[in-house]
Amino acid sequence: MAFNQELEAITHAFSGHGVDEKSLTTILGKWNPLERELYRKNTPHFFVEDHERKFQRWNDHCVRLLKHEFVRFKNAVVLWSMHPWERDARLAKEALKKGPSSYGILIEIACTRSSEELLGARKAYHSLFDHSIEEDVASHIHGIDRKLLVALVSAYRYEGSKVKDDTAKSEAKTLSNAIKNVHKKPIVEDDEVIRILATRSKAHLQQVHKHYKEISGKNLEEDLNDLRFKETVECLCTPQVYFSKVLDASLKIDVDKNIKKSLTRVIVTRADIDMKEIKGEYNNLYGVSLQQKIEETAKGNYKDFLLTLIARGG
Amino acid sequence: MATLVTKKSSPIEDSEALQKAFKDAEALHKAFQGWGTDEKSVIEILGHRNVYQRQQIRKSYQEIYQEDILKRLESELSGDFERAVYRWMLEPADRDAVLVNVAIKDGNKGYNVIVEIVCVLSPEEVLAMRRAYQNRYKHSLEEDVAAHTTGHLRQLLVGLVGSFRYGGDEINPRLAKTEADILHESIKEKKGNYEEAIRIITTRSKTQLLATLNRYRDDHGTSITKKLLDNASDDFHKALHTAIRCINDHKKYYEKVMRSALKRVGTDEDGLTRVVVTRAEKDLKDIKELYYKRNSVHLEDEVAKEISGDYKKFLLTLLGK
Repeated sequence: MAFNQELEAITHAFSGHGVDEKSLTTILGKWNPLERELYRKNTPHFFVEDHERKFQRWNDHCVRLLKHEFVRFKNAVVLWSMHPWERDARLAKEALKKGPSSYGILIEIACTRSSEELLGARKAYHSLFDHSIEEDVASHIHGIDRKLLVALVSAYRYEGSKVKDDTAKSEAKTLSNAIKNVHKKPIVEDDEVIRILATRSKAHLQQVHKHYKEISGKNLEEDLNDLRFKETVECLCTPQVYFSKVLDASLKIDVDKNIKKSLTRVIVTRADIDMKEIKGEYNNLYGVSLQQKIEETAKGNYKDFLLTLIARGG
Repeated sequence: MATLVTKKSSPIEDSEALQKAFKDAEALHKAFQGWGTDEKSVIEILGHRNVYQRQQIRKSYQEIYQEDILKRLESELSGDFERAVYRWMLEPADRDAVLVNVAIKDGNKGYNVIVEIVCVLSPEEVLAMRRAYQNRYKHSLEEDVAAHTTGHLRQLLVGLVGSFRYGGDEINPRLAKTEADILHESIKEKKGNYEEAIRIITTRSKTQLLATLNRYRDDHGTSITKKLLDNASDDFHKALHTAIRCINDHKKYYEKVMRSALKRVGTDEDGLTRVVVTRAEKDLKDIKELYYKRNSVHLEDEVAKEISGDYKKFLLTLLGK
């Protein structure tokens, strides 16, 4: 390989999700000091030229970022081997600590897990953090999101298929009225909306979703202008669409580090549940296979690990 | 301590226990024969069996006679006696689910019962009850409670029903002080910030809550329940009051329920049955002692005075006579 090609390969090895360990070993590993100096001089976004003292030093910020990329594989492995209950409890705790930008993860956990899985997460939370999840959510979140989030994490929904269609119809109407009156009373303050979304079974909510479309012509999540409520409805009624969107957002180069982390989270938490359906939905929405997108964006061991996870079970 | 009197039997002696259960099932079947029912035998047998033995009897009866003994009891017995025996025979989680469901349908008379049940049970027992509720009614408990209530009352009840409190012994004294102050602020005015009071009462661990309530008493000289009484006009305040009393000292609360049930013009049989049936195997003895201390008369004597018939005999049996 010509040196220029090698340079390109190393740049590639460091760009994306994870790092290409193999290239780093075979190429960077064999470069002599001169070649490595040429590398530093030709990679200004990693190395800063100190003209006065005549050497090139690592940009500290980049080193920190690189650390995240090297550790991405390890994090995925650790998360994957964890008991699902501990996994969800830790993800919830982390989301609480990170603040409002991560509250969507709380909604994701509360709404896409089965009732027993959510219960398990709550038990694990006791064990790990000596508090109940609802007590921490309630005491850490002070804004308008509190009511909805506390209600969602406390739910133990009926999991059966029995639905009273009349009730579903009337609750669709209730939601429609609440949305029409949003200028008088914001959705987040509407107790009836919270009641319906936080207590009804998923089967019931699918019916409500269907009737809402019949009444208003649009999908419920499109008409809800509050981000949390939107996420809640998406997670409860169309989880695979939700997960596909999260995956797509995370599979872009140079995204926010929290968004990047959702790639690992979604794949590890859904690999055993509905990855097949998510792959199908992803293809529908974006016209490209999830596998291909991961091939393009992820690197090295991390990439291989993700591909293995999504290939399980067909 | 429990008041139930049973022959010494441990679940480990399985084959012996099974034999006994079979004999009991046969004896009960005999009691149902003929025109009337031999209520004395029903009371004599069922009134002296613990929860494990009663479930064995149900299984045995089903096996021998291809019939659920509960259905039989429903048709053979009647009135308060029937309701008491029926509830006695249900598995505890199932029974709690039934009691809560009845309370929901009772409207504003039932709110305190819902609060009582979810506040006294351990977090695991509440969970078991929620499962049993789903099995029976094909709805989640919180969905039904929410649909039947509004406003602060709904927030409180749904919060209580949905809680899965941490069960550890740790106390954070600083937090107890902060939250005692918050509670004080929230009930000070008529239109206080109940959201915070509800948050604290429905999510903190029981141990932490006790510390907070004690701190309140230390800081303000009186327990928070006395302060709440001034405002106890609407259902929400009454329910909040009940919640705190049950968390603080549920035996004292049960003594009051018994006292009200018996002293009222027209006894509250539902309350009587509920307390006796649900606590006979737990702490009814302590409640009896509290009753005597408070009223200078024995609970059994009061029951014997106010109640009559087979219902009375059954209650007295469970009370340990």
